[in-house]
Amino acid sequence: MLDWLKQLYEIEWIAGLVDDFKLNFLDGDRWTWLLEGLGNTLIITFFALLIGVAIGVVVAAVRSTYDKNEESMRQRGGIGFFLLRIVNAICKVYLTVVRGTPAVVQLLIFYCIIFAASTNSRMIAIVAFGINSGAYVAEIFRAGILSVDGGQFEAGRSLGFNYPQTMIHIIIPQMFKAVLPTLCNEFIVLLKETSIAGYVGIMDLTKAGDLIRSRTYSAFMPLIMVALIYLAMVMLLTWLVGKLERRLRKSER
Amino acid sequence: MNGKEVLIHIEDLKKHYNDGAVRALDGITTDIHRGEVVVIIGPSGSGKSTFLRSLNLLELPTAGKIEFDGVNIADPKVNINLHRQKMGMVFQLFNLFPHMTVLKNMTIAPVKILHRSKAEAIDTAMKLLERVGLADRANAYPSQLSGGQKQRIAIVRALCMQPEVMLFDEPTSALDPEMVGEVLDVMKELAADGMTMAVVTHEMGFAREVADRVFFMDGGQIIETGTPEEIFEHPQSDRLKSFLAKVL
Repeated sequence: MLDWLKQLYEIEWIAGLVDDFKLNFLDGDRWTWLLEGLGNTLIITFFALLIGVAIGVVVAAVRSTYDKNEESMRQRGGIGFFLLRIVNAICKVYLTVVRGTPAVVQLLIFYCIIFAASTNSRMIAIVAFGINSGAYVAEIFRAGILSVDGGQFEAGRSLGFNYPQTMIHIIIPQMFKAVLPTLCNEFIVLLKETSIAGYVGIMDLTKAGDLIRSRTYSAFMPLIMVALIYLAMVMLLTWLVGKLERRLRKSER
Repeated sequence: MNGKEVLIHIEDLKKHYNDGAVRALDGITTDIHRGEVVVIIGPSGSGKSTFLRSLNLLELPTAGKIEFDGVNIADPKVNINLHRQKMGMVFQLFNLFPHMTVLKNMTIAPVKILHRSKAEAIDTAMKLLERVGLADRANAYPSQLSGGQKQRIAIVRALCMQPEVMLFDEPTSALDPEMVGEVLDVMKELAADGMTMAVVTHEMGFAREVADRVFFMDGGQIIETGTPEEIFEHPQSDRLKSFLAKVL
């Protein structure tokens, strides 16, 4: 066994790779940088995800409530409709601005302008990515609500459910199933999007690889390793969502 | 039907689109009495589905009154949810909830809206399922049922709310021909039990056999009403005559 390994090491390019690996990750325990970076990437992604879904639910609820009830509420009028109109308008502005500007610029605006006084850059990144992701999640949810057959809504209402009850018991469970693949895609995009966190001095996975590169002057090993770690996480996420999807579908068969 | 209590009183009901350019309902005035079976017939586009759907405000009328139990439910200030609980609706495309079992489809509304206990709701649901011969499908999902079975479930789902009136919007139009009978049988039984029913259908046989009164609609108006015999044997208007000539 050992002889076989030794023989392999005598092949020049393999020896080169092994030395490269040792230099980049083992010397000076530089692998711990990657670990720290990975931790930050996961923390930012996870909490941004929570914020994004929370914002997404609220904005999608406002937007589809307004679209669906505009006719009947206009007839009734009153303060409720007035408030809903204002909130709906705010949501529309939010969607336009967030989806119309690059995430890096948004992150920098949060870091350098809005939270210029704060030093907790990881928290700033979580807020910035959360607000960014919320806009996309909101549109995914809204499209999901629209994709549920209108007859389902009518059936719920004609049984006597009010609008929120119909949404909660009948539309949203079906919407969730419909949007799961798209939502998963948004999570993947978010995970990879956090690689710009280095712009505001956060040591995320990408930045960690970059740091190694700046010390070892070797680009191949750290960059490929960082890419592989992202890839592994995305593949794991995809696999998990696939499992969840199959389980949800089974409940209907 | 004289002497019977009026359950739904409809007065000058209008539904216009595009500021009156399209008149789906153009001034309908009529009564539906308690315990009565009204069948609404007419060519497609005549407004019969719109009429039925405005009875529980799935379509918002442009003008007019709909008095149900003495309350004008077309008034925007009325809480329509309370009244819809008492009006069962059956759709052409069944509209069962695909993510719930048959039993859950039937019990969710009584439990969540009327705050019945789960056991009580299940008890009612099972009795109804037995009546329509589908007790063995209680734990099936809608995707496992045939069209006829789905529609029978849709009917008993509405009945679980113990409605005062049942509205049927072309309940057999989406069914394979061999399944029409089983659904009509359930509806006939319901009629025999004294349920107030308003039925939009193309099943002239059903209208003839079960209806107390038939409404013939065209162009958003009720052109003629009468007993099945009056409508089918002695039609008065030319429009009804030409309609019957096509469908009979």
